[in-house]
Amino acid sequence: MTSPAQGWEVVIGLEVHVELATRSKMFCACPATFGDLPNTNVCPVCLGLPGSLPVPNRRAIELALRAALALGCRIPPAARFDRKNYHYPDLPKGYQISQYEEPLGIQGHLDLPGEDGEPRRRVRIRRVHLEEDTGKSVHDPEFGTLVDLNRAGVPLIEIVSEPDLRSADEARAYLEELRDTMLYAGVSDVKMEEGSLRCDANVSLRPAGSQAWGTLVEVKNMNSFRSVKLALEYEAERQARLLSEGLPVRRETRHWDEREGVTRPGRGKEEAEDYRYFPEPDLPPLALPAAWVEEIRTSLPELPAARRRRYQSLGVRPYDARILVAERHLGEFFERAVQAGAEPQAAANWTLVEWQAYVKETGKGLAERPDAPEKLAKLLALLARGAISGPVAKDVFREMLETGGDPEAIVAASGRQQIADEKELLAVAREVLSANEKAVADYRKGKRNALAFLVGQVMRTTRGRANPEAAARLLERLIEEG
Amino acid sequence: MNATELSAREIARLVALRELSAVEVARAYLARREAVDARVRAFLHPAPADEVLRAARAVDEKVARGETPGPLAGVPVAVKDNISVEGRPLTCGSRILEGYRAPYSATAVRRLLAAGALVVGGANMDEFAMGSSTENSAYFPTHNPWDLARVPGGSSGGPAAAVAAQEAALALGSDTGGSVRQPAALCGVVGLKPTYGRVSRYGLVAFASSLDQIGPFARDVTDVALALSVIAGHDPMDATSAQVPVGDYVRAAEAGVRGLRIGVPRELVEADGIDGDVRELVAAALETLAERGAHVEECHLPTAATALEAYYVVAPAEASANLARFDGVRYGFRAAAGDLEAMYARTRGEGFGREVRRRIALGTFALSAGYREAYYLRAQRVRQKLLLDFQRAFARYDLLAAPTSPTVAFPLGERVEDPLSMYVNDICTIPASLAGLPAISVPCGFSGGLPVGLQLIGPAFAEETLFRAAGAYQDATSWHRRRPPLGGLAPAGGRRRG
Repeated sequence: MTSPAQGWEVVIGLEVHVELATRSKMFCACPATFGDLPNTNVCPVCLGLPGSLPVPNRRAIELALRAALALGCRIPPAARFDRKNYHYPDLPKGYQISQYEEPLGIQGHLDLPGEDGEPRRRVRIRRVHLEEDTGKSVHDPEFGTLVDLNRAGVPLIEIVSEPDLRSADEARAYLEELRDTMLYAGVSDVKMEEGSLRCDANVSLRPAGSQAWGTLVEVKNMNSFRSVKLALEYEAERQARLLSEGLPVRRETRHWDEREGVTRPGRGKEEAEDYRYFPEPDLPPLALPAAWVEEIRTSLPELPAARRRRYQSLGVRPYDARILVAERHLGEFFERAVQAGAEPQAAANWTLVEWQAYVKETGKGLAERPDAPEKLAKLLALLARGAISGPVAKDVFREMLETGGDPEAIVAASGRQQIADEKELLAVAREVLSANEKAVADYRKGKRNALAFLVGQVMRTTRGRANPEAAARLLERLIEEG
Repeated sequence: MNATELSAREIARLVALRELSAVEVARAYLARREAVDARVRAFLHPAPADEVLRAARAVDEKVARGETPGPLAGVPVAVKDNISVEGRPLTCGSRILEGYRAPYSATAVRRLLAAGALVVGGANMDEFAMGSSTENSAYFPTHNPWDLARVPGGSSGGPAAAVAAQEAALALGSDTGGSVRQPAALCGVVGLKPTYGRVSRYGLVAFASSLDQIGPFARDVTDVALALSVIAGHDPMDATSAQVPVGDYVRAAEAGVRGLRIGVPRELVEADGIDGDVRELVAAALETLAERGAHVEECHLPTAATALEAYYVVAPAEASANLARFDGVRYGFRAAAGDLEAMYARTRGEGFGREVRRRIALGTFALSAGYREAYYLRAQRVRQKLLLDFQRAFARYDLLAAPTSPTVAFPLGERVEDPLSMYVNDICTIPASLAGLPAISVPCGFSGGLPVGLQLIGPAFAEETLFRAAGAYQDATSWHRRRPPLGGLAPAGGRRRG
């Protein structure tokens, strides 16, 4: 398949808005909750009523600093708020309080995790700044445009990357890593579907190998990680087609149309906008004392990149480590099993296969099965010392989750301890051999997997209790003895 | 005795002692308003008599229960129409807010009410505080009580005139570039612009946020000091309000001027357009202060000459953003139009008056890409330089003195067509505004029967020093005891009991 994208390098920078997990809004005491009845979480300040004034939410500043520090940003001694001026019905003051010239974090970075566990690319973060959200315009066929100001004034950070991403895949990986980092740092619940994470992209193309910058197109209205990938793939193809035909790319803002799977030009007005930024006179400069910043820095928990490294250093495979970190609830299960003495890779396998399947099927989790990781550790110990077989262990795992019983007790009560004693296995083995003469013959002809089949039959007959290695040894001997 | 002749602190003292009831005070002031306001037109929204009387009764009941009624018990206060009083109209003298009522009270108003004051109405002003004559009110001009054919100054012309005409004992105005001090001077009352951050701006409709301060008017210095001590202090609702302790201003007003060093910036006294009489009366006032023990000498404030230009960039720039919320979407006036853009344009085109539109245009221009550096940023640098000038001056002087207004009140209509001649009115008041410093205007004589004001400027949060000098000057003179020739004093509304 030849694609017009061949011969072109895609250059992508992302602007990501993350809603901070504060209880109240950025500049007033209104609740910052999602999903309430329209225009119920409002007051004179977030309605922009005449005479009202903003007072910064310290918790929001702290969370923004956490985000910036989690992204390795430099924190200046002071930041400043600015007014971004434009008219829109869902912008009650006619300006948005944002940060322009002096954001609270600059020059950070985020590493994209690679398959082998090594970072595959370092994406530089240009800035992290704090701002207030706008309200929401709802276009109703009957009533026209309606405005809900519940969201107006909810604290946001904007994270602006340098144009360091080179594919839609990388853009998606960046978003996922950013989401996980924000989640771990406790900055936000980062739910794209609730709008607590939003993303705009700047996309341009240049001939592969060139260092020049192409014409920038801003892509907006991407509402999921998947749509980011699709939109950017589409946009790169679109630009490549134009350039390959010798046509120019227009500098513009385009909107992703999820249904049609295309980007479309915006209203054209957005290009001409002059936001006339100037320092917000209602707010004094925001002092960021080094001691405070350090306190926040040291309070940051282990972040995804560090956690992956630690899991790998425990002997967990890079791929498993990535999943355990990306799926935080699995990571927590895994951590606790390891803490209770489970061997890490075994714990990882059991977490990712058996526990995850259980969670999926039953909808239950650690909250309902609070001691499951510790029980898994005991179960794995039984397995490791050969007291039960793998298949039995899986049954016991299920049973201990369902009944809350102790794995050792379950095994003892069920009489399913592993049978490793050849004397006990002898009768079964003979039975299997006589019932499967063809397999015995195949094995004699040198087909090694015939033995596996026979072991399987022994396992089946013993309902999984047989020790597979012991069974294999016994079968081999019996065949040889003929 | 007529309560309209009493000072605010006398009213409060007598009401607390039950020698005078708040209801009697209210009646006296309502009668006075009835008698003179048709000529003065100080009030845009006079509070209904029954509302004022109800509030007065509540104060009297408090006294009757033996509770402390507060330092302003029964004191009638006029509130400029850009300061929110819950449930009352709030128009900022503009059509665009016609019909709007404040859903909450400004912090300064809440403090006044808690101190027992009676709000007697929303007072007239230049639209959104843009102007120096109150002729830019979208509703009607206010008349100077000393000469009804002349302006009261502005933008707080209504509050100043209300106090001068004895329609209120105190008033709250707002001062961005001189809007309390200049009308105080032109109406022959005392007006204070506190240090930026001294009084909460919460509830004051913003004109230029980095300059705006609420300031009190009264007929004498001590009443202004009393009013400030009630409204001053940190407010968690205003991030720019200062955490500096509030002084004992009333006591300061009686502490005397002896030993204070007063500098007289040549640039403010010799500025173009300062009337000869004004200059002489200010010089005479400074002599009086010297006689009372102050050391007075000439000094320099070199950047003051460019302050006016810087102000007319900074203030409109901030205003252009502050007034963006008046868009017809949520409240106030909305013009009918086909689409959103047209609705914005028509609402703002019809809702705002000429001067407001002019300043929004000026400010928008000054912040626009390509002009921001040449205008807005340059003006900010002038502001920084001016601050340094003041710092240098206050290293040597406790206070600076200058005229408040270059001229006495001018005739209504004389300058409305010439915005620049109007802007020049602010030449003496703007430097303290740009530097965020406290400044007071006190009556210092008359020229052709019209009052002249002396302006004193102090270092940040040195209001006590201002009151010392202003109080001492007032103690030595009787200008503040003169009353405008309105005649027709209302029938006695208050009489001493017992």
